[in-house]
Amino acid sequence: MGTSVRLLDVKGLQKFFPIRKGFLKREAGQVRAVDDVSFHVDKGETLSLVGESGCGKTTTARCILRAITPTAGQILFRSEDGPVVDVASLPKSRLRPLRRQMQMIFQDPFSSLNPRRTLFDIVAEPLAANGVGTRQERVNRVAELLRLVGLRPEYMRRYPHAFSGGQRQRIGIARALALNPSLIVADEPVSALDVSVQAQILNLMLKLQAQLGLTYLLVAHDLSVVKHVSDRVAVMYVGKIVEMTDTQRLFTAPKHPYTEALLSAVPKPDPRLRAQRIVLEGEVADAANPPSGCYFHPRCRYAVDACRQETPRLEEVQPGHFVSCHRARELTLRGVGR
Amino acid sequence: MAENQTPILSVRDLKTYFFPDEGTVKAVDGASFDLYPRKTLGIVGESGCGKSVTARSILRIVERPGRIVGGAILLRRDSGNGRGTEVDLTQFDPESREMRQIRGGDIGLIFQEPMTSFSPVHTIGNQIVETIRLHQDVSEQQGRRKAIEMLHLVGVPKPERRIDEYAFQLSGGLRQRAMIAMALACGPRILIADEPTTALDVTTQAQILDLLRHLQEREGMTIILITHNLGVVAEMCDEVVVMYLGRVVEQGPVDAIFHAPKHPYTQALLRSIPSIHATVRTELPTIAGSIPHPYNRPTGCPFHPRCPDFMPGTCDRSEPGLHPVGDNQDVSCFLYHPA
Repeated sequence: MGTSVRLLDVKGLQKFFPIRKGFLKREAGQVRAVDDVSFHVDKGETLSLVGESGCGKTTTARCILRAITPTAGQILFRSEDGPVVDVASLPKSRLRPLRRQMQMIFQDPFSSLNPRRTLFDIVAEPLAANGVGTRQERVNRVAELLRLVGLRPEYMRRYPHAFSGGQRQRIGIARALALNPSLIVADEPVSALDVSVQAQILNLMLKLQAQLGLTYLLVAHDLSVVKHVSDRVAVMYVGKIVEMTDTQRLFTAPKHPYTEALLSAVPKPDPRLRAQRIVLEGEVADAANPPSGCYFHPRCRYAVDACRQETPRLEEVQPGHFVSCHRARELTLRGVGR
Repeated sequence: MAENQTPILSVRDLKTYFFPDEGTVKAVDGASFDLYPRKTLGIVGESGCGKSVTARSILRIVERPGRIVGGAILLRRDSGNGRGTEVDLTQFDPESREMRQIRGGDIGLIFQEPMTSFSPVHTIGNQIVETIRLHQDVSEQQGRRKAIEMLHLVGVPKPERRIDEYAFQLSGGLRQRAMIAMALACGPRILIADEPTTALDVTTQAQILDLLRHLQEREGMTIILITHNLGVVAEMCDEVVVMYLGRVVEQGPVDAIFHAPKHPYTQALLRSIPSIHATVRTELPTIAGSIPHPYNRPTGCPFHPRCPDFMPGTCDRSEPGLHPVGDNQDVSCFLYHPA
C-alpha cells in the first residue's frame, strides 16, 4: 500500500466523562472512556475497533463523527475538495458540509428507522436536509440506492414495519450512502441480526466497498465478523489501543496477552476443537479507577513486576504491528487458524 | 450411549400456539426430543424458531394468549431404586402446587437478560432466600446461609457482602452468576439455560460456560441449553436439536450435527456463520431470503422457499416427519425419506 491516501488520522484522542456527586454536582472524578488513542484509516480500507463493553470503541467512533466533542486530540480528515481538517476542533457551524462525507450505520435496525415515515422519506432525508436535487431527482436517486443495497425500488412507498431485520439494515445502509460519503462508521452493524442474515449484510458491505470505493471504520465485538471484513484491526482495552495490525497477523500471531485471551474465548463452531480455553479471571478494569501500570496486569497470566508499575506505550514491534505490552518482544502467543 | 439409559425428560409432539387477535401463531408445532441424565442438550435456531417457547412450555410459563394445544412433556422421577414414576407436565394446571414444586425444585431456569430477571427493588439475597424458602422448610437464617453458600459456589467474590446488594450494583457477569445461584438453590436435576451468555462479553461468556460445565460435573445436572450461537453449542453440548419455524428439522449427537449435517437448513446455517478460522475478507455463503413472518407460514416443509434442494410438488405440498438417518440422528426432510 505505498500509494495509499490517508483519509483519517486520529492523534492522541481523549474523551473523559465527569463523575458528578452530591447535591452541588461537584466533579468527583473522571471516566477515562478514551485515553490517548491514535490510529489512521487509509482510503478504501476497513479498520475495525474491537473490544468488550466499556472499552471505549463506540465513544471513539462517536468522537470521529463529532456526535460528541473530544476532550483532547486531533481527528484529521481529508475532505473531498482536498484540505485536511481537524474534526475535533472545528466549530459547529463548519461541521455541516463535513457530515455529508462521513455517515453512520447503526446497530439496531428496529429503533434507527422512524416507523411513521416511508422508505422514500427515510432514504431521501439526507438529500432533502442538504437540499440536493429536485423531488424527481430524489425519487430516482432513492430507487438507485435501493437497488444498490438489494431492495426493490417499488418498496419506496412502504413503511419500515413491513420489513425484516436484514431488510431494515439494508435501508439503513441505503440512507448512509445517499450523499456519497467517503467514510462510513458502522457501529455493530450485524450484532442485532440472525446468523443467516448477518452473512448477507456482511457480503453487501464488502460488495459496496469494492463498487464505490468506500472506507469503513467498523466497531464490533464479534471477532469472527471482524475477521470477515477488515483489513486491519485495533484491539481496545479500558480506553486504550493495546494492539493494532493487519487482520491476518492479529488472528494468527497476536502479540498482546489480551488479544490472545480474546481470541481463545470465542466459542469455535466445531466440537472437535474443544481446546483448552484461556479463561480470564476477574473483570474488566474500571475506567474511572484504573489499576497501576498496565491496565491489563491484574488479569494477565504473563504479568511481571514492571507491568504493575510502568504503563506500557503503544510501540511498533514489527513494521505495521503496534503493541502496548512490556513483554511483546519476548512472548510467543497463540493465535487461531491459518 | 442412549440405548441403555432412560430419558429424564421426554417431549412428545409438543404444540404451543399463540392466539392473538390477528390469527394463530404456531410457535411450536410438533416438537419431539429426549433429554438424558447428566448430558447437555442444545436447542438451536434463529429468532422465531420456537426454542424459547419450548423451554417456557416445559416450565408451563407460556404467557397468554399462548397455550399448549397438544403433545406431552414427560418428566421422570426416581422413586427409590430402579423404577421411576412419570408425570406429564401438560396435564397440570400452570398455577398448581405440583407445577410450583417442579419449577425450581426439579427444573431450574436461567434467562438471557439477568438485569430484567431480578427485581430492582429487592436485594439479590432476598430473592434467593425467597426461592429457597418457597421449596424448603427452613428459617430465614438457614436460608441466608444457604444463599451465601450458593453464591460462593458460583464464584461470586465476597458473597457475605454481595448478598445484600441490588442487581444494578453487580456487573453483567456477576448478575448472571447470581441468577445461576438462584436457579440452583433448590438443587434441580434439570437446568434450562435460555441464551445464558448472549448479553455478555466473550471473556465473561467463557467464564460462565466454564462455570456451567463445572457445576454439571459436580452436581450431576442435566442441562438444556437454548442458544442461537453455534459456537456455544459446539463447545457445550452432547446432543443437538435444530429448530426452524416451530419444528425440529434435525437432531443428533453434536459431532454428527457439525460434521455430517443432513438437513439443508443445518448445512446452510453452518456454512453461513462467520468463522474465526475463515480467510480474511471473503464472501460468505448465504441462505437466500429471510425467516418468514409467523402469519405467513409456508405450506409443506417450512424451509422450502429458502431451500437449495427444493423439490417442486413434494416439499410445498406436505410436511416431512422426523425420521432416523443414522446413529441417533434424525432428520425431517424428503431428500432422505420420500413422501
